[in-house]
Amino acid sequence: MCLGIPGRVIEITPDARHPYFTEGKIDFGGVVRAVCLAYVPEVEVGEYVIVHAGFAIARIDAEAARRIFDDLRQAGQLEELEAAGEGCP
Amino acid sequence: MKYLSEYRDPRAVRALSRAIAERTTRSWRVMEVCGGQTHTIVKHALDQLLPAQIELIHGPGCPVCVTPIEMIDKAVAAASRPGVVVCSFGDMLRVPGSRGDLLGARAAGGDVRMVYSPLDALALARRHPSRQVVFFAVGFETTAPANGMAVWQAARQGIENFSLLVSHVTVPAALAFLLSQPDHRIDAILAAGHVCTVMGLEEYYPLAARYERPIIATGFEALDILQGVLMAVEQLESGRREVENQYRRAVRPEGNPQARALVREVFEPTDRYWRGIGLIPGSGLRLRPAYARFDAEARLAFPGDSPREDETCLSGLVLQGKIKPPQCPAFGNPCTPERPLGAPMVSAEGACAAYFRYAHIPSNRTVFAGADE
Repeated sequence: MCLGIPGRVIEITPDARHPYFTEGKIDFGGVVRAVCLAYVPEVEVGEYVIVHAGFAIARIDAEAARRIFDDLRQAGQLEELEAAGEGCP
Repeated sequence: MKYLSEYRDPRAVRALSRAIAERTTRSWRVMEVCGGQTHTIVKHALDQLLPAQIELIHGPGCPVCVTPIEMIDKAVAAASRPGVVVCSFGDMLRVPGSRGDLLGARAAGGDVRMVYSPLDALALARRHPSRQVVFFAVGFETTAPANGMAVWQAARQGIENFSLLVSHVTVPAALAFLLSQPDHRIDAILAAGHVCTVMGLEEYYPLAARYERPIIATGFEALDILQGVLMAVEQLESGRREVENQYRRAVRPEGNPQARALVREVFEPTDRYWRGIGLIPGSGLRLRPAYARFDAEARLAFPGDSPREDETCLSGLVLQGKIKPPQCPAFGNPCTPERPLGAPMVSAEGACAAYFRYAHIPSNRTVFAGADE
């Protein structure tokens, strides 16, 4: 039930009544859905967010997202990957 | 899909499982809290990629599973009343109550609808002002901001034919309960990533200190789980017992301030009964007095029938990590996802359903080990 799906913000529609009514469109790999953006007031079009029950609950930190692969490389655990010429993100 | 598929990369999965094996010198038991994490583990057979000394214990993090049977009975009772529409997340529809489930209530003529978001239920109330729309608000801290927002918007817009049947639960109180059991077997905890996305890490520092256990906020993909296990093992092997954050791409130490503020505005802590576990003090949320008119229990005045649990179902022990699902005599026969005796066999996050779907039917699994060499 705590499932959260990453998607890309493609449209933001502010609402004059209150920021809690801000809506947006999120692209989930081709499937577009309307989502409440009340909890990500700083989000910009093009950013990725985690969506749960129709609400964006976090902006994805792109740098932190790469760190797991950087850590593995540093530990020398990913040479086979580099050798294969297939970069990890 | 970006931010999903790369975290299932088989080479990185193998690299992490090697690193875990290199660091492990003795036996450790690591509990993953969230049922979503349990499903990743069982689906990808991650437990089999770990050294034999590491045991993964499945935790109680399935809101559908721990929702008290009384609340299911109330939802079923509400659905059978004329003029009432019961809206619920899909997982709840087949959870057995004392006298059937919500799907059964619908088959008997009740108006039961599955929604994706509580705002869908609110929109339904707006469109049908002559009906009472009841949203079955279950979930952990991840879902509380969504359900709370539906109530906030209903109040703000004067939509008075909308109410919540509230059965919210919170993770830290449950962890304290499990860790204070004298017979618990937990050496380290992988905390539920999206709960931490909302709430942050601060509630976990006193738990890690008091019970001397590493607590790692962990994501949901194969790489996340293995990195969480690696971080836990590194702490255990080096004698540290700290809070760490594996899921940094989605968890800030302070959580989501806007979501926390809304939850504080609408809900307050309460004692809550967990199905299969018992009463856990301070482990739930209820509507604050300012929003009490949106409480379905007050509005619909349910009769106090005593609930009946199936006696052969051992889901309480499963939820506390004391047994694995196949150790239950009812697992697979007669209890199946089609005819569940207990909630963990129903939910997409239930441990019994995970074992039935993946371990029972091996072809459903993606086994990273099989792709090695």
